[in-house]
Amino acid sequence: MLSKFLSSENGRGLLMVSPPFLYALLLMAFPLIAIFLFSFWTQDFMTLDTTFTLNNYREIAEKPIYGALLQRSLFVSASVTAVTVLLAFPVAYFLSFHVRPDRKSLWLFLITIPFWTSYLIRVFLWKVILGYNGVINTGLINVGLIDEPLTFILYNVNAVIITLAHAFAPFAILPIFVALEKIDRSLLEASQDLGESKFMTFMRITLPLAMPGVVGAVLIVFIPTIGDYVTPELMGGAGGKLIANMIQTQFLALNNAPLGAALAIVAMLCVTAISLTFVLINRRWLKGRS
Amino acid sequence: MSLRIYAIAYLIFLYAPIVLLPIFAFNDATIIAFPLSGFTTDWFTELASNKSLHAAVKNSLFIALVSAVTSTILGVCAARAGAMHRFRFKAGIMGFIMLPLVLPEIIVAVSLLVVVVQILDLGLSNWTIIAAHVLICTPFCIAILNGAFQNLDPAMEEAAMDLGESRFSAFRLVTLPLVMPGIISSMLIAFTISLDEFIIAFFLSGSSPTMPVYIWGLLRFPASLPVVMALGTILVALSIVLLTIAELLRRRGLARAGVKDEGGFL
Amino acid sequence: MTALITLTGVNKYYADYHALRDINLTINTGEFFSLLGPSGCGKTTLLRTIAGFESVSDGVVMIGGKDMADVPANLRPTNMVFQSYAIFPHLTVAENVAFGLRKSEDLDKPTKAKMVEEALTMVGLAGYGNRAAHALSGGQRQRVALARALILKPKVLLLDEPLSALDKKMREQMQVELIRLQRQVGITFILVTHDQEEALVMSDRIAVMFEGEIGQLADPETLYRRPNSRRVASFIGKMNFLDAEVKAVVEEIDVTVQGLGRLKISAEQAPEEVSVGPAVAGIRPETLGILFEGETTDRKLVDGVVDEVVYYGDMTYYDVRVDGVAQPLNIAMKNLIGRPVLDVGAKTRVIWDERSLVLLK
Repeated sequence: MLSKFLSSENGRGLLMVSPPFLYALLLMAFPLIAIFLFSFWTQDFMTLDTTFTLNNYREIAEKPIYGALLQRSLFVSASVTAVTVLLAFPVAYFLSFHVRPDRKSLWLFLITIPFWTSYLIRVFLWKVILGYNGVINTGLINVGLIDEPLTFILYNVNAVIITLAHAFAPFAILPIFVALEKIDRSLLEASQDLGESKFMTFMRITLPLAMPGVVGAVLIVFIPTIGDYVTPELMGGAGGKLIANMIQTQFLALNNAPLGAALAIVAMLCVTAISLTFVLINRRWLKGRS
Repeated sequence: MSLRIYAIAYLIFLYAPIVLLPIFAFNDATIIAFPLSGFTTDWFTELASNKSLHAAVKNSLFIALVSAVTSTILGVCAARAGAMHRFRFKAGIMGFIMLPLVLPEIIVAVSLLVVVVQILDLGLSNWTIIAAHVLICTPFCIAILNGAFQNLDPAMEEAAMDLGESRFSAFRLVTLPLVMPGIISSMLIAFTISLDEFIIAFFLSGSSPTMPVYIWGLLRFPASLPVVMALGTILVALSIVLLTIAELLRRRGLARAGVKDEGGFL
Repeated sequence: MTALITLTGVNKYYADYHALRDINLTINTGEFFSLLGPSGCGKTTLLRTIAGFESVSDGVVMIGGKDMADVPANLRPTNMVFQSYAIFPHLTVAENVAFGLRKSEDLDKPTKAKMVEEALTMVGLAGYGNRAAHALSGGQRQRVALARALILKPKVLLLDEPLSALDKKMREQMQVELIRLQRQVGITFILVTHDQEEALVMSDRIAVMFEGEIGQLADPETLYRRPNSRRVASFIGKMNFLDAEVKAVVEEIDVTVQGLGRLKISAEQAPEEVSVGPAVAGIRPETLGILFEGETTDRKLVDGVVDEVVYYGDMTYYDVRVDGVAQPLNIAMKNLIGRPVLDVGAKTRVIWDERSLVLLK
């Protein structure tokens, strides 16, 4: 029976895919379930109380600090996503439609290189660029555009958004580029042949067909940014801390892992809910058009 | 034309921070700010004599090497299954395996921390970091290897079997040589990701820090910042070399399989 | 003639899809056999069950008198030429051809090299051994695939749409070469194709498949002249279909055909199970004719009006409306010297002969 199963197409495929699947099950799914259970427990210094309680969630709901942090985190993630995707789309479009085919991989290579260089140091360098004596301020003062260094660009939410938008740039470009590459160029010619202008062709053909890539870009930027605590720690100052900083503090400094777990769960649920809503709205919008 | 100007401006935005690295690494001042004061290689000399940094680098290299090999093996399984097999729940299973790509890293970090420390009651070590790095690297490996496997004609292995080879030797003699550039490129990428990863390593490292965790510590002391710049310069140079090799191999792989190049990583 | 391959009650299911339905088939030693049908009819699946790449859900596949149920593809006495040729791109032409010899340890290197060169010569690629495989043209790849399979002297060579990737001229040339090659090596060839002309040109026998079933199994001439069903008739060549009514079945068959009237045909022009009642009669366009001015005929005539003219150079196809026939009759005429091309609306006389009629299921 087993040997018959393993010699079938279905069985061989499942056997082949089982190592990565089991790995993801053991090291992703089980830990996620564990942290979910954990969020219903409590911890007093080092002793763990495993009685089921909603206290952690009650605390999150009652203390305004958590709500404020979560709201700010979602705002930052949404802003980063919007900025990143809007800035990335023209680049992806340029790459797909205006770059010679044999040059495309060189451009992609150039775009991905900064992404692979030390994240921590890159974040820190933005501090150098945006800081009080930083590149921008010294530059602007030397040119004579300003007299006093600008202060609104470091140690606040703006700085966090700029830095994250930089860090996630390739993540936004690549999915959009792939979607644009898949568009059959004769569709665009057909649209113009049927009387549409270049702009309307873009609106009626290119953009709807690129939407899956845009959605991919949005998700791949929006979801992970919520979990970043390095950038807010280095760039955010006192007023720019986010939910991930709080989770980190609960786990590593305050030794209140269950509360940290509950915060992580709440943050995940918010992000998932927003992402799903976005995907559904987009699907309805595309369907409504066709 | 204006699109080209925009794209070039975008590239400048992408490279702006990295360009600063060597500038400050060779700048003869402890403060990282303009104006520059002079040329020095002191910071690099200081790197060479820093014992705890060396230990951290060694740690990171070990973690990155093991993670790269393991995640590439898992990636080969998944990419092969995805490209060459039909099986039940395929889309669901493949999506599940790719999920770490969009999972916030802090979630991966805290959930593994809870399991290892609170539930299994084990200590943190390099192996806990490796476990997590393999999880987050595997989707990247799959994305790279997919390119290699999907360009492969499924009839190729069948042809080898038809000519008398067993299933395994057909894989060894035909598929493996054809996807080898993809495998090496996948290992290089996974190596780079693991070497650079901080968020997870910060939660899961034991008594001996990894290189990014060590750098994080340095960032708090203004006096050590020029050294960080020097270290960063070396790291960037190293990444560029590794990535260039990965890219060249990927292209050679495509050329060997006789297909047109249609894009870069991912 | 001895039976080489026997399929008995072969069925294949994919989940809820019934890909092969109760296939019973015998293929003889030295035969050039074709599996012909539209895409999705199961012909490739059938070929792959013989090769061992697909297991059968039900039934028995025997090759050379041995049950193949537990014999994997690499141990079967069959070799295959794949639709994509599956030439290993990282190996040279010679390495590709020698691929299957790896396990023949009793052969030394010079022998193997000699065998490779012979195989390449046989397919017209002598001296190509050191070329890189990915630098070959489509036709050359196909020849390498043939050499690679034939060098192992299989009992059966399986060809999965081997000519579909070639252009028309190359395809016609390869058809002739494949026939020559098959006669030369005397190996059983099984060809899968959707091209009816290719099957007619090359095969000793053809199995026409529809929706997982064999619709008809016959030699090319029988298949063309005496198709057993309407779907076989319309898949192979062109055919006019006329409503008919069988009046009596004695030694001959007494039948009324729409537009042509009451006539008698021989028993071999009808299926064996023919009975009194409604039926369909088929007649090929080239067995009909148009009586041009100045020409005479001793065959039967019926009046008609030209409805459509399609000019092909060597031939002209006319659709001619005949009283009492629902669809215009399609007629193929050679453009001989002195024959005009008629205009639409021209009154004409159609020549026909009951000997070219066939009754269909």
